[in-house]
Amino acid sequence: MSRQPPVRDVAPTVQKLRVRYAKRGRLRFTSHRDIQRALERALRRAGVPMAYSAGFTPHPKISYAGAAAMGSASEAEYLEISVTERLDPARLRASLDAALPPGLDVIEVVEAAPGALADLLQASEWQIELPGVSAGQAGAATAMLMTESAVEVERMMKSGPRRFDARGPIVRLAADSGSTASGAPCAILRAVVRHETPAVRPDDILTALRQVAGLTPPVPPMVTRLAQGPLDPESGTVADPLAADRASVGDAVAADPHPR
Amino acid sequence: MSAVKAESVFPRLEALLPLVQKPIQYVGGELNAVSKEWESTTVRWALMYPDAYEIGVPNQGVQILYEILNEQPDVLAERTYSVLSDLESLMREHDVPQFTVDGHRPVGAFDVLGLSFATELGYTNMLTALDLAGIPLHAADRSDEHPIVLAGGHAAFNPEPIAGFIDAAVLGDGEQVALEITNLIRQFKAEGSPGGREQLLMRLAQTGGVYVPAFYDVEYLTDGRIKRVVPNRPGVPWRVSKHTVTDLDAWPYPKKPLVPLAESVHERASVEIFRGCTRGCRFCQAGMITRPVRERSITGIGEMVEQALQSTGFEEVGLLSLSSADHSEIKDIAKGLADRYEGTNTSLSLPSTRVDAFNIDLANELSRSGRRSGLTFAPEGGSERIRRVINKMVTEEDLIRTVTAAYGAGWRQVKLYFMCGLPTETDEDVLQIARLAREVIKTGREVAGRKDIRCTVSIGGFVPKPHTPFQWAAQLDHETTDARLMKLRNDIRDDRQFGKAIGFRYHDGKPGIVEGLLSRGDRRVGAVIEAVWRDGGRFDGWSEHFSFERWMRCAGKALQDQPVDVDWYTTREREFSEVLPWDHLDSGLDKDWLWEDWQDSLNDVEVEDCRWTPCFDCGVCPQMGTDIEIGPTGKQLLPLTAVGAGVATLRA
Repeated sequence: MSRQPPVRDVAPTVQKLRVRYAKRGRLRFTSHRDIQRALERALRRAGVPMAYSAGFTPHPKISYAGAAAMGSASEAEYLEISVTERLDPARLRASLDAALPPGLDVIEVVEAAPGALADLLQASEWQIELPGVSAGQAGAATAMLMTESAVEVERMMKSGPRRFDARGPIVRLAADSGSTASGAPCAILRAVVRHETPAVRPDDILTALRQVAGLTPPVPPMVTRLAQGPLDPESGTVADPLAADRASVGDAVAADPHPR
Repeated sequence: MSAVKAESVFPRLEALLPLVQKPIQYVGGELNAVSKEWESTTVRWALMYPDAYEIGVPNQGVQILYEILNEQPDVLAERTYSVLSDLESLMREHDVPQFTVDGHRPVGAFDVLGLSFATELGYTNMLTALDLAGIPLHAADRSDEHPIVLAGGHAAFNPEPIAGFIDAAVLGDGEQVALEITNLIRQFKAEGSPGGREQLLMRLAQTGGVYVPAFYDVEYLTDGRIKRVVPNRPGVPWRVSKHTVTDLDAWPYPKKPLVPLAESVHERASVEIFRGCTRGCRFCQAGMITRPVRERSITGIGEMVEQALQSTGFEEVGLLSLSSADHSEIKDIAKGLADRYEGTNTSLSLPSTRVDAFNIDLANELSRSGRRSGLTFAPEGGSERIRRVINKMVTEEDLIRTVTAAYGAGWRQVKLYFMCGLPTETDEDVLQIARLAREVIKTGREVAGRKDIRCTVSIGGFVPKPHTPFQWAAQLDHETTDARLMKLRNDIRDDRQFGKAIGFRYHDGKPGIVEGLLSRGDRRVGAVIEAVWRDGGRFDGWSEHFSFERWMRCAGKALQDQPVDVDWYTTREREFSEVLPWDHLDSGLDKDWLWEDWQDSLNDVEVEDCRWTPCFDCGVCPQMGTDIEIGPTGKQLLPLTAVGAGVATLRA
């Protein structure tokens, strides 16, 4: 074995597919790495002809975009896979969903249109359940936060504590009343947050609410990402990132699938 | 049987999970996990591997029993693991009991809590689990409502140190005896549990294959040695036998290996290609207590590998055994599997191989289809003399021939495993390791024609184990072990020509002393384990949690009124006539033969492998009514047309 990687016949990518999946219930406690492993195994079990990278340790070609943090549920996680045979997206959705554990649920698969998936994921819409907090308390706190132009928060990163503005990227923030899965009344926050670096997460918003308005939820909140996609700055809403793929699928099948 | 409600504790646990490290390990829901209704079953087992989830979940023993028990329609088996200390504190604070990861049911509600002890260092973790489960720590304090606490695994061949905490122990292969115990409990419950807990234990003991420590009394001599171990009631056998499964092809488990969401220490499927080993390495407890060799057939292995890959999606399959290259058809197995999986990015590995050039061909063959794993060999001893003492039957010439083949085939690095503190060992024996490593590098540079050749020496302290020829040997004290290791390290480092090419990894001698205390201890050691646990001892197999100071302090207190101490259990050589704490537990090995082998060891006499030479009367086959089961079958692995067939249904 020399230092050059072994020469293997690496089958070329003939199609890219974008996958929207959900992370629900108990599986919200999975980390991004847990999901990566589960997904790679599910792809193998489902017999998906994955394209592999060359090199000493070949890896299936999968790009993950903006995964929700451990502990957060999500209805809108996205990734893109490269395959060596043309596949039917609907069949892939069904068979990948069957191969993944319940709670990691595949919602939609489309053939990828040109352009990078990550560029389309400009903002997220979050739902934050706050058991033990009234809608009135939450509403007052969110109003106070939104009148500020910037609120610095600190979060522990891998490289150490880091300070950044948690207010700037918040496009919309509103409070309502609702109830938890077990039926207890709670406040529910809805937030639309622009993706910036570092990404402002729901726990940063809660930190900002504590700093600005003294809001301190008595138990850990239940966080769910509802949507992720292009941001309409006018309406402050998040659009469907796969809309363009769906629209161009007819052309893509006829032409070279990957002019990139 | 139980007063504890079997409702899921998950809602209460879930509120704690955002507050702990790696919460996914407590969630369950692994691929191929089984879920059953509590009410639809009659015999219920909680199976525990007493270490963290990431270490416990790949354990083959637990996975096999989990599947075999759950195949019975009226039997429920769920798994439980040790919770880390952050969750332990929260569970105590919020009154959440030890739970199973399958149904999140309280462990205290099950009929049996079965613990698999691969190592003695899990004993304190057992006490945490019992305490969290609300099960009294001492077997004597339990009543009909509590589960039967049952120990298995290799450490159960001397369960005396935990005799006060367990209700019963089982020696050997668990497949059949788990079903027998289940049948017995089913029958007992159907009869209305006459006589309660004590009668159930009596029925188990009467089979001769389940050890119930409470039914035996240990008498001591004034000097601290054991006088005798005797049944304290009629109907209890004098000796309890180990269990041996024959015809491995009839037990193709696990058929559906568990695939956890959380990362674990073995990210692969495992297929056991044979059980037992008769190489006769005198230090090796596994090789002594799992005799005789029983092979799975080449076709049985092929089916299990394919089924494991299909049902898990793992990228790697390990072909497990105590010495995998020794399978009578390993060459055809390796070639057949490599042919089948070529081009599928599937890796195959042989985790345990001997020093033998033939193994390089195997490794080359197996790395055809996937990633190339490292090469590891275990000469165990540094000098020819000490290798004769331990019956390793590997010469320096063998080693050089092997690494020549390895470096010649393109490998740049090999790992070599050794032990320190072997009987009769001197500094000189250990320093020979440095010379050996230098020879390896020199050979590698010549063969490969390049300088970037590496060799890593990994060395740890030897711990004498029950049911081996070294069960009488004095363990080397940790001070001498550490001094010897430092001499070796310096010898390796100080060499200008080769020092930088040799990596050195070692384990210091202190944990080995505690392992030695627990391995060859008797019932008096139980007080030490309990004292350590009460003092906060947990996860003793983890260097970051292990405290030698705590063990020695607690041992000093717990044994202060006894004529024995830690040295007495560890660094003391035993005489032939001494009653050993495990003499009433029958591994099949003839004690006279073990003693002869111990004497042969001291005289540098080697013993061959009975697979290729006549029987040397270790005693196992006649005592247990078993036989060597090896091939060749002459069969071949046919190409699998089914590989990748799933893609047809996905095509556009």
